[in-house]
Amino acid sequence: MRTDPLARAAARTFAHSVARTSSYAAALVACLAGHAAAQSITAVSYGGSYQRASTEAWYEPFAAATGIRVDVEDFTGGLAQIRAQVEVGNVYWDVVDLNASEVTLACDEGLLEYVDAEMLPSGPDGTPAEEDFAPGTLSDCGVGGVVWSTIYAYDANRFPGARPETIADFFDLEKFPGRRGMRRVPMVNLEFALLADGVPAGDVYAVLDTREGLDRAFRKLATIKDQVVWWEAGAQPPQMLADGEVVMSTAYNGRIFNAQVLEDQPFVIVWDGQLLDINQLAIVAGSPRVEEAMRLVSFASTAEALAALGRRISYGPARASAAPLITTHLETGVEMGPHLPTHPANMARALRRDWAWWVDNQDALNERFSAWLAR
Amino acid sequence: MLPLLVFLGVTFLAPLGTMLMRSVHEPVVADALPATLAALREWEGEGSPPEAVYEAAARELGAAREARTLGQVAGRVNRLRSGLRGTFTRTAGDLEEVTEGPWREAMAGMDSAWADPGTWHAIRAAGERFTARHYLNAVDLRRLPDGSVARQPEERRIYLPLLWRTLLVSLAITVFCLLLGYPIAHLIAHAPPRRGNLLLALVLVPFWTSLLVRTTSWIVLLQTQGVINDVLVAIGLVGDDGRLSMVYNMTGTLVAMTHVLLPFMVLPLYSVMRSIPPLHMRAAASMGATPAQAFRRVYWPQTLPGVGAGSLLVFILAIGYYITPALVGGSSGQLISNMVAYHMQTSLNWGLAAALGALLLAGVFVLYLLYDRLVGVERMSLG
Repeated sequence: MRTDPLARAAARTFAHSVARTSSYAAALVACLAGHAAAQSITAVSYGGSYQRASTEAWYEPFAAATGIRVDVEDFTGGLAQIRAQVEVGNVYWDVVDLNASEVTLACDEGLLEYVDAEMLPSGPDGTPAEEDFAPGTLSDCGVGGVVWSTIYAYDANRFPGARPETIADFFDLEKFPGRRGMRRVPMVNLEFALLADGVPAGDVYAVLDTREGLDRAFRKLATIKDQVVWWEAGAQPPQMLADGEVVMSTAYNGRIFNAQVLEDQPFVIVWDGQLLDINQLAIVAGSPRVEEAMRLVSFASTAEALAALGRRISYGPARASAAPLITTHLETGVEMGPHLPTHPANMARALRRDWAWWVDNQDALNERFSAWLAR
Repeated sequence: MLPLLVFLGVTFLAPLGTMLMRSVHEPVVADALPATLAALREWEGEGSPPEAVYEAAARELGAAREARTLGQVAGRVNRLRSGLRGTFTRTAGDLEEVTEGPWREAMAGMDSAWADPGTWHAIRAAGERFTARHYLNAVDLRRLPDGSVARQPEERRIYLPLLWRTLLVSLAITVFCLLLGYPIAHLIAHAPPRRGNLLLALVLVPFWTSLLVRTTSWIVLLQTQGVINDVLVAIGLVGDDGRLSMVYNMTGTLVAMTHVLLPFMVLPLYSVMRSIPPLHMRAAASMGATPAQAFRRVYWPQTLPGVGAGSLLVFILAIGYYITPALVGGSSGQLISNMVAYHMQTSLNWGLAAALGALLLAGVFVLYLLYDRLVGVERMSLG
């Protein structure tokens, strides 16, 4: 029997807190002994395979190059902890890895430091940073890290005959019966519903912006509602697929890739209708280590560092000059190109998440979605 | 005595007070847009407001942007009218280019929302320093622009059904715990010491085990490909395609929470039962009572303090439980506390979270008073 992801998470949290307690103790001893502790900053990420990859690609090489130790803590996204630290004036996180909508929100609220794009390193061929980064990956407070996407995947063994190929197939219970996994949030699911209902990718947000369009998306979701198993953590979908709890599930593409290459799972990703997302690195406002934090952000946003991450997990780089450096998967030698969300073959019907729209509408939609779920 | 009072005040009353305060006190918008709100008072509420309102708003939006509080202000207003967050932040950016009026045309030109009276109603409502909004929201009501109170539209009614469900689930769990816990406690209390201690250890070991471990163990047992379903399929009780779904729904919540809370019922019952001399039952029997009569008239009344304490403890814990339903509840097994957590952590609507928390607190308080009326609190015993 496989261990459950939640139990693993619990075990990890425990190990983590033991480690933290002992490092506090060590720091205390160092202070008492009158020695200045080695310079260190704290970076925060999402745990699991992504955190492992970013530690190896960014945080450890940074520490080796500068002598500044990076303590990596994990969180599950969201702004509450950052807000609490800033409001209380006790900022102990320095660099945070957030998705672009959270960066926009937090920047408006004054929770993040402004980042000067001119300070960022240029590409290996000398292209200035501002031209090298893809549109939308640099913002007032955030520096583009990775481009990832939400896709859906299925277990090939479950479909000996016809296989799902389009996003519409995900919603087709007659052709492909069985339970589906979806993330328990309105985001992404509403877009998928409209794409499956025949709305062209370019019109999705215009349709969602109308009352009728929203009703239409919820109606489409309702057609599969009683077959949906809702997930919350990114590690759950590969687990649910492997356990046979669902026949297909929406998921973060990198997590499915890891299950494919590292665990030899017969999972297949359907790229049709994939929803592209951007994550950015940002610095918590009022961090007493803002200078070191900025150095880390610059370091992680070099083409080499972004490529080093892309060779560990199939998330694309935010800057153009890093793309050719992402050749093969470091551990298995698998060609990375076809597994990246931004590969031309995967982009045929891709949708970019409209951050501005979600920033405006997520409060109301989260409420409506919860009410819809509870009914 | 005094240090104890101070300790209670700092660790208990102050956080509680802050929370209750947050549920009615919303100073962010009022602090950021004082002149705009003052000018809005002159407005009748129909058509677009006078130029003075626009002028004040333009100035104060710019100042808020400068002070980096604009996001908080826009977020508060956006909760009352979806879409205004973007309107606020975009307009404040665009206004940097504009140095003089007429402001109404300028702002309406940047975003048509500024010509919409609904926008100004939302700003006026969000600007109330003390507000009952969160409480209305917590019971699925809302205030219309004319000041009257109406129910939320159907698709947004969520908290009242959830509160109701939380109450029923907590009652059900309390009853399950009592039904399971009473015989167990009786067995332990009247067993020979050696066996009694062993049985007590069996109750206490899960009690000391991490909550997460216990909850995830239930997932392993109950899931569709889990142990119980495997056994049922193996002995042929259900077909392979007819596996029962017992987790990620209400069943999962009820089973896991009853198990998690059972020790809180067993322990008070046990300590009360241990103090009842076995002689009482023998005396009742010797005077001609049947076992059922003896139990009903002699034993049960003496255990009531433990029943009351255990039930109240289990109920109060169940009503605020959050981690177990979050893990095993799926979408149909969520309780009100999951919405409190959601508003604390994700939507960051702390006012609404506080109002929901205050309602729960009031619910527990009412129950306590009811219990006092019916049984008498002084008879409650934790052993």
